Amino acid sequence: MRDWMKLAGISPDEITDKAVFEKRRQLMRASVAAGVGGFIGGGVTSASAAPLSGDIIKTDWTTDEEHTSFDAATSYNNFYELGTAKEDPKRHARRLKTEPWSVRVEGACEKPGTYTLEDILKPHAIEERVYRLRCVEAWSMVIPWNGFALADLLKRFEPTSAAKYVAFETVVQDDLPGVRRNVLDWPYREGLRIDEAMHPLSFMAIGMYGEHMPNQNGAPIRLVVPWKYGYKSIKSVVTIRFQEETPETSWNLSQPSEYGFFSNVNPDRSHPRWSQAKERRLAGDSGGLSALFTPKIDTRFMNGYAEEVAGLYAGMDLQKFH
Amino acid sequence: MWQRGVWLKPAVFLASLAPAAALAYMLLGGRLGVNPIERLTDETGELALRFLILSLAASPLRYVLSRTWPLKLRRMLGLFAFFYALLHVLIWSVLDLQVDIAAMWDDLLRRPYIFAGFIAFAILSCLAATSTRGIARRMKHRWTILHRWVYIAAAAAIVHYVWLVKGDRLEPFVYLAALALLYLYRFKRLLSA
Ligand code: HEM
Repeated sequence: MRDWMKLAGISPDEITDKAVFEKRRQLMRASVAAGVGGFIGGGVTSASAAPLSGDIIKTDWTTDEEHTSFDAATSYNNFYELGTAKEDPKRHARRLKTEPWSVRVEGACEKPGTYTLEDILKPHAIEERVYRLRCVEAWSMVIPWNGFALADLLKRFEPTSAAKYVAFETVVQDDLPGVRRNVLDWPYREGLRIDEAMHPLSFMAIGMYGEHMPNQNGAPIRLVVPWKYGYKSIKSVVTIRFQEETPETSWNLSQPSEYGFFSNVNPDRSHPRWSQAKERRLAGDSGGLSALFTPKIDTRFMNGYAEEVAGLYAGMDLQKFH
Repeated sequence: MWQRGVWLKPAVFLASLAPAAALAYMLLGGRLGVNPIERLTDETGELALRFLILSLAASPLRYVLSRTWPLKLRRMLGLFAFFYALLHVLIWSVLDLQVDIAAMWDDLLRRPYIFAGFIAFAILSCLAATSTRGIARRMKHRWTILHRWVYIAAAAAIVHYVWLVKGDRLEPFVYLAALALLYLYRFKRLLSA
C-alpha cells in the first residue's frame, strides 16, 4: 500500500481536526454576529450578474492565489445538461429554469421531505470560501464561492445511523439540449461518504463572486468539494438522499475504470486520458499570446487540502479506492 | 495558355489556408476563449482529420462526377492534412507540454488515444515526405502501396478521436461514418476491378 500521508508530508498524529475546528469556531461566531441576511430569492434566470443581498462573511478558507476572473469562470463550464462544449452552458444558460426550486430530502434521516429553496436557505448565514477547483481534464480555477457548510445543512435533516453515504441528483429538465441527447444517463448523480459530506470543507454554494449563482455554474444551489475532481461538485441539486450503500455516480457509471467513487485529486494516479501530474491554471486574463506560453503548474495532492482531509482516508489504498 | 480550371488549385490552396489564418487572427485578438491552447489543439486536430477525409474522397468523387479535377487536388489536400496535423502536434508538444520530453513519452505510452494519434501522424509524415512526383516515379509500384497507408492513418486518427472524447461520441462517429463509406467504396472498386 502506498503511504500517501508520508507522500503528502503529514504524520498521523497531526491529523487532529484542530485547525479545522478552530476555523469553524471563528466562523460560527462571525455568523452569529452577522445575523441572517436576506439571501432568499433563488437563482438568476438570466445569465447576467445579480448581486447577493445581505452580508457575506469572509472566512479563513481562502488562498492568496490569483482569482480566476468572473468572466472566465462563467464562460468555460462542464454542465452536460446544457451541452458538452465548454461554451455551451453559458450559451444555453437561460433555458435552465430555477424558479420555483425545491430539494427533495429522503432516505435515512428523521426529517425527510420536500423543502423549498427558501426553507433550505433560511437559517444559514452566507460565507465566502475561496477554493481551488481542479477539473479531471487537467485545468483549474480559483473561485470565491458564497454559501454555507454542507454539514450545517445535512444536520438539519437529522441523518440516522444508517446514513453511511449521501447521494445527490441534479435536476432533469427535458428540454435542455444535453438532456435530450442522452449524453449521460440522467439524472446526473453524485455522492459522498457521510464523513466527507460532514467535513467542514464541503460546501453548498448559492453564489460566487458575491453574485447569485449563474445558471451555467449550477444555480440555484450546488455542491463544492474542493479536494475532489470537479465533477464531484454536483450542480443544480434537487435531491439529497441518505443511504447505507455507496451511491451510483454518473461518471463512474459511464466509465468505471476511469472515474472512481472517491475521485480525490491525486497527481500520482495517472488517468487513461490525462496525466494528473500537472494542471493549467485558468486565470481568465486570456488576452494576447502570454497565455500560450504560461507553463502548467504542479497538481497538489488532494488539490492542496491534504492537511485538512487526511483523517478521512487514513489507512486506505488511494490507488485502489480512487 | 489560359487553360480552363487553371484557377482551381490556387483557389483551393487559399481556401485551405483560410482556417489557419482565421485561427491566427482570433489568437492575436485574444478571441480563442478561456483556454486557448486547448482550443487550438482541438481546432487543428479537427482540421487535419477533415482534410484527410477530403483527400480520400477525391478518388470516389472522380467517378461520381465523371470529372478528373478531384484527382488533381488529392495531393494538395493530403498535404494540408499533414500541415494541420503538424500544427496540432507542435501545439501539443511545444505549448501544452513545453517540450517536456519525459511528459511526452509518458503520454505516448500510457494514453492509448495519444498512441493512436501518433501512429496517424507518423504515417502522414511518411506520406508527406514521399509526396513529390520525382520520388513517386522512383518508387514505382511501391509508392502506390505506401500511399494506401493513408487509409490506416485515417482509421488511427478516428480511433484517436473516439478514445479522447469524454461522454458525447456523436462527432467522432460522424467522421467514422464518412470514413466507412469511403472504405466501402474503395472495396467495391477493388472487387469489381
Ligand atoms: C503525435 C500525434 C498526436 C498527438 C500527441 C495528439 C494529441 C491530441 C490531443 C492532446 C488532443 C486534445 C485532447 C483533449 O481535448 O482532451 C487531440 C485532439 C484531437 N486530435 Fe490529435 N494528436 C495527434 C495526432 C493527430 C492526428 C494525426 C490527427 C488527425 C489526422 C488528430 C486529430 C485530432 C482530433 C480530431 C482531435 C479532437 C478535436 C476536438 O476535440 O474537437 N490528432 N489530439
